[in-house]
Amino acid sequence: MATLEIKDLHVAVQDMQDADATKEILRGVDLTVRAGETHAIMGPNGSGKSTLAYAIAGHPKYTVTSGAILLDGENVLEMTVDERARAGLFLAMQYPVEVPGVSTSNFLRSAATAVRGEAPKLRTWVKEVKQAMSDLDIDAAFAERSVNEGFSGGEKKRHEVLQLSLLKPKIAILDETDSGLDVDALRVVSDGINSYRADGDVGVLLITHYTRILRHITPDHVHVFAGGRIVASGGAELADELEEHGYVRFAGVTT
Amino acid sequence: MTETLVPARSVPAGSRGERFTSYDVDAFEVPGGREEEWRFTPMRRLHGLHDGSATLDGAAEITVTSGPDAAGVTVETVGRDDARIGDGGVPSDRVAAQAWSRFETATVVTLDGTPAPVTIALAGPGAGNTSVAHLHLRTKPHAEAVVVLDHSGSGTLASNTEVVLAPGSRLTLLVVEDWADDAVHVGAQHVSVGQDATFRAVAVTLGGDLVRVSPTVTFAAPGGDAELAGLAFADAGQHFEQRLLVDHAQPNCRSNVVYKNALQGRDAHTVWIGDVLIRAAAEGTQSFELNRNLLLTERSRADSVPNLEIETGEIAGAGHASATGRFDDEQLFYLQSRGISESQARRLVVRGFFGEILNKITVPELRDRLETAIEAELAAIGS
Ligand SMILES: Nc1ncnc2c1ncn2[C@@H]1O[C@H](COP(=O)(O)OP(=O)(O)OP(=O)(O)O)[C@@H](O)[C@H]1O
Ligand SMILES: [Mg+2]
Repeated sequence: MATLEIKDLHVAVQDMQDADATKEILRGVDLTVRAGETHAIMGPNGSGKSTLAYAIAGHPKYTVTSGAILLDGENVLEMTVDERARAGLFLAMQYPVEVPGVSTSNFLRSAATAVRGEAPKLRTWVKEVKQAMSDLDIDAAFAERSVNEGFSGGEKKRHEVLQLSLLKPKIAILDETDSGLDVDALRVVSDGINSYRADGDVGVLLITHYTRILRHITPDHVHVFAGGRIVASGGAELADELEEHGYVRFAGVTT
Repeated sequence: MTETLVPARSVPAGSRGERFTSYDVDAFEVPGGREEEWRFTPMRRLHGLHDGSATLDGAAEITVTSGPDAAGVTVETVGRDDARIGDGGVPSDRVAAQAWSRFETATVVTLDGTPAPVTIALAGPGAGNTSVAHLHLRTKPHAEAVVVLDHSGSGTLASNTEVVLAPGSRLTLLVVEDWADDAVHVGAQHVSVGQDATFRAVAVTLGGDLVRVSPTVTFAAPGGDAELAGLAFADAGQHFEQRLLVDHAQPNCRSNVVYKNALQGRDAHTVWIGDVLIRAAAEGTQSFELNRNLLLTERSRADSVPNLEIETGEIAGAGHASATGRFDDEQLFYLQSRGISESQARRLVVRGFFGEILNKITVPELRDRLETAIEAELAAIGS
């Protein structure tokens, strides 16, 4: 039973204007995600949602100034980025990165080899990838293209979910995976996420601005993120309230 | 990689059409380092090859190995007065002319029919020594051959390599520059492509302190086809310079140039000069050149100067492109966030980058060896 614990997390970023200064973005985040649970995080632009996701994944731009992140009791902060992934953490990025020159098929196989600890058998692997791609309505030709290079916004998001379904992490953080998807793509991607959830005992942290994805993927918990921390938590009904009234009720805490 | 397209200069500093050539070293002024053709080269590291102060106190060793059945391969050691010397072309810089003025014997390899791949090993004169060398490769009409020209060892070398393709012949020339850390090699290649002949070259530069190679391709008659591919992997402090000139003066010839360089470590420096000249007589020419550079670390530098001069409107097509990209932190983060280690991530990127060039190396043992050498270069990162 995987558990991701985030305790009183404070994160700063190098100020882009002033190299010597740092800017605090996360100001005490407490959150526990257990296997079998889906948590949705909603909050205004710039409130620090992506920062939380990146801090968990270990992006070098973000410095954890205090607090803890534990995966099954292990100190995640002591792990390198790739160790975190091999330990079972996955981040579907809001803005997936283009890597020219590296083919998608080669990338997927390298990632699967790293995460599984051994190279998947070629024959079953080819089948597995084909199936996963067709489930997500991704054309087979994408396998030969460079990672994310020239992919449309929606194609990049599907490619993130493809990796999710192949790498099968214990805990998945999905940062606005629903943004920029058309209605059909949203259904396809939601199905992908749901079958990942159904396949194993996994925890999901879903960052979103819209309730429309929550109609496909029902969250157990909804958290309101503002000013670098969680300011309110509730059940699925909280999402509807947010959609109706916005974040005004929480405006006082954004600084 | 994030890529910035470098705008190609359309107005060259002095047309390549009027470049000066001579077999005589004294016909060239001693370069000071500011001249267009020397401005990228660290002159002090040339050990006097350019100004006559070098003493030729060593000898480069040339060993030619042909397949089990040496049919179709003739190897000769000839004097300066051999009538064939000079068929490939004429030196266009002072170091090449210096080597030409001073060599005593040349190795001539003639290829006929369809011989098995031939390897020419050229070993430097040894640390602290300097020498010149002269090689001459030629095909008979309709021959089809593969030659590996393998440079290694220590010391300082100025060399000329002539390549003369007879009508209808096809030559694949795989050049490896895998020198020891101290080595300095300034080489000129003079390639003459005969009627309907096909030249395929792949140049791989991996080792040496300073390696500067200037291939010049000319077409002796219509219908020639030349493809020049290359890759270089420059480490900290290494200077690798490739200066190509494809001179189209005959109709209906084709040329294609693709060079890729990866750089890692402080003061790694690559220079790529790609000159293509399409003269008035060269109607129906088709030509393309591409240079791509990949900076794997900070503080390395790739210079790239593509230059296309066209003197006729009647061409089939011509173009050039140059781009320098960086393997950046965001790409590294993305790959690592999928469980891939930092060293594996670099390997993926470099393999992908060089793959297109390595695939052109048609001798499997050589390709394997070079792939292994590139992996070893990558493994050295951060150490
Ligand atoms: N390098 C940086 N220098 C200065 N400020 C930064 C830097 N990186 C992020 N920030 C700031 O941190 C804040 C939080 O950004 P973050 O991307 O986490 O927000 P978000 O909640 O994901 O927003 P959105 O809903 O728009 O995706 C923003 O105000 C952003 O401008
Ligand atoms: Mg965000």
